[in-house]
Amino acid sequence: MKHSLEVKNLHVSIDGQAILKDFNLTVPKGEVHALMGPNGTGKSTLAKVMAGHEDYTVESGEVLLDGVNILGQEPDEISHAGLFLAFQYPMEIPGVSIANFIRAAKQARLPEGEEINAIEYYKDLYAKMDALKMDRKFTARSLNEGFSGGEKKRCEILQMAMLDPKYCVMDETDSGLDIDALRIVSEGVNHMRSEHRAFLVITHYQRLLDYIVPDVVHVMFDGRIVHSGDKELAKELESKGYDWVKEAFATASA
Amino acid sequence: MDTTLETPTNTLYAKEPSWLAERRSAGLDQFKNLAMPTARAEEWRFASVGKLSIDNFNPVAAPSSATLDALTERSNLVSDRAGLMVYVDDAPANFECIGRELAKQGVIYLPISEAVEQHPELMEKYFLQESTELGSQKFFGIHAATVKAGAVLYVPKGVEIEKPFVNYYWTSGSRAAVFPHTLIIAEDNSKASVVDIFFSETEENEALNISVSNIHAGVNAKVFRKVVQDWNEKTVSFQLDTTVADRDAQVKNVAVNIGAQRARFENQTRIEGAGADVKMYSLTVAEGAQEFDQRTFQTHNAPNAVSDLLYKNALLDNSRTIFSGLIKVAEGSQQTDAYQTNRNLLLDPSADANALPGLEILANDVRCSHGATTGNVDKEELFYMMQRGIPQRVAMQLMVFGFFEEVIEKIDSEELVENLRQLIHQKFSSKIS
Repeated sequence: MKHSLEVKNLHVSIDGQAILKDFNLTVPKGEVHALMGPNGTGKSTLAKVMAGHEDYTVESGEVLLDGVNILGQEPDEISHAGLFLAFQYPMEIPGVSIANFIRAAKQARLPEGEEINAIEYYKDLYAKMDALKMDRKFTARSLNEGFSGGEKKRCEILQMAMLDPKYCVMDETDSGLDIDALRIVSEGVNHMRSEHRAFLVITHYQRLLDYIVPDVVHVMFDGRIVHSGDKELAKELESKGYDWVKEAFATASA
Repeated sequence: MDTTLETPTNTLYAKEPSWLAERRSAGLDQFKNLAMPTARAEEWRFASVGKLSIDNFNPVAAPSSATLDALTERSNLVSDRAGLMVYVDDAPANFECIGRELAKQGVIYLPISEAVEQHPELMEKYFLQESTELGSQKFFGIHAATVKAGAVLYVPKGVEIEKPFVNYYWTSGSRAAVFPHTLIIAEDNSKASVVDIFFSETEENEALNISVSNIHAGVNAKVFRKVVQDWNEKTVSFQLDTTVADRDAQVKNVAVNIGAQRARFENQTRIEGAGADVKMYSLTVAEGAQEFDQRTFQTHNAPNAVSDLLYKNALLDNSRTIFSGLIKVAEGSQQTDAYQTNRNLLLDPSADANALPGLEILANDVRCSHGATTGNVDKEELFYMMQRGIPQRVAMQLMVFGFFEEVIEKIDSEELVENLRQLIHQKFSSKIS
């Protein structure tokens, strides 16, 4: 599909062990899909493979952005193609300030020889930091270094907002967040929802989906999607627990 | 080395006072009598001394005035300054002396030869009085016997000077040997700042540098010295530096090491007064087949003092670094805070970083730490940065600058910082791909 993130028959392994097993998913622009499932079922692997992480072996399958396969491309090329991954555990980069980091990322998107407009850049950066209730002094701080869990996740959303991607994959963004931070982060995401953008929200808990209300909920188990439904499915999962998934689908996948 | 050096009665030095002639002659003896370093000596451990040669380097005639002018023109890293000296192959190229105001206060900023003539007592007290003990005594000897180029800065009691004095030491001629010298004497309650810059005119000409720098910081004096070493990669360099800090003196050294084929750096800090505070920061970018060999010695001979050393090296290609540091706390130097940290970032698996941290503590109430770490570029950090669209080459540069930031931020001049970033950037842009 032209305007979608599409994963087709994806088989992925690491060190010879199969993690994703014929995984299929389509997220059209304008929609928010949640991907839920027990730990160790392959959710984070999917996120990293889509972003071009070199540790995983793609056995077969495709990941299409607007119909173009991105598997095999370098992580920076995939980023330029429009995919943004909000990390579950954002890396700390000592000595590289937030302002310089985001600036380098934006600069990399400009044609050779063209320089970023510093005044416009800071105006934009400050406006988005204000919206995320981040202190402007943060721009000079080393990226994620010594940040609390909530600060790191806000910083991820800030980067996402600044880079304006077409496809946002959010890996366990709710982990390590208190309710206030969760609300601020969710507002930031909701503000970015548009018909020109798609979200894949990976989460273990239903809690986040009270704030970022999904159009579709997928349940993942043992390397593939085993069940899909609307937002009510997330609530059902919450009340029944993941054991229900295991019981219902373990036999099917065995 | 050539025999012209071995004649202290050389007319160049004929007019000098007897105390200096004696020091030169002692230096020459030291140079002649001591053997070249061997790999077996602890002071030269890990250094590739087998490849170390100072043969066939000689002092050369003064370059043409066109060369002197051109290099003076290029001596532009720091524009806001209290004074400037430019030497090319140890010949004076430019001298911006101090203003009337400073002169009236008794400040002295002079080339060595003039300082010896005009202020013999001061020079007899301080000049060539601090030798190295860290392995390069032979090379200190030939420096003492030969030195003619260099800057003397004397700041009298209570005089505070904010702007830096900037000294450029260039090499130009083929196989030139240079012996630059910077002497800083900051009297009680004074304040001074110096930038020493080592540059080569061309990338091609081989050169030998044996430089010495001595800082004497009086009671409660504040001295800030920055050193930029960007010789071409055909240069063999020895920098033999010392700091002596009196009571409550505050001395800060920041060294930026980019150039030379082999750079041996010996730095001795001696704390002689209670409450002194000496900081030593260094960053090094090593590439190709460069070898940076850094030996440091922090001695605490007085209580309640602080010495803090942080040396950071980023290594590419087949380059090598050696860091060997010793902290010695004398008996009775209680309440000492002495730290020593060496961090190495390997950007290529073939690069080689060696570290030998050491402590010798004879007092019982001290806080001392030493440590060395060597790590590679973190793959996950690189993935994170590339996921944001930053190409690998740029991401690695950002990481290296991030690694150095801790040292760079100690430099108080924005202009100098920007110029240094450019120098480092130039070195990297062709390398990281």
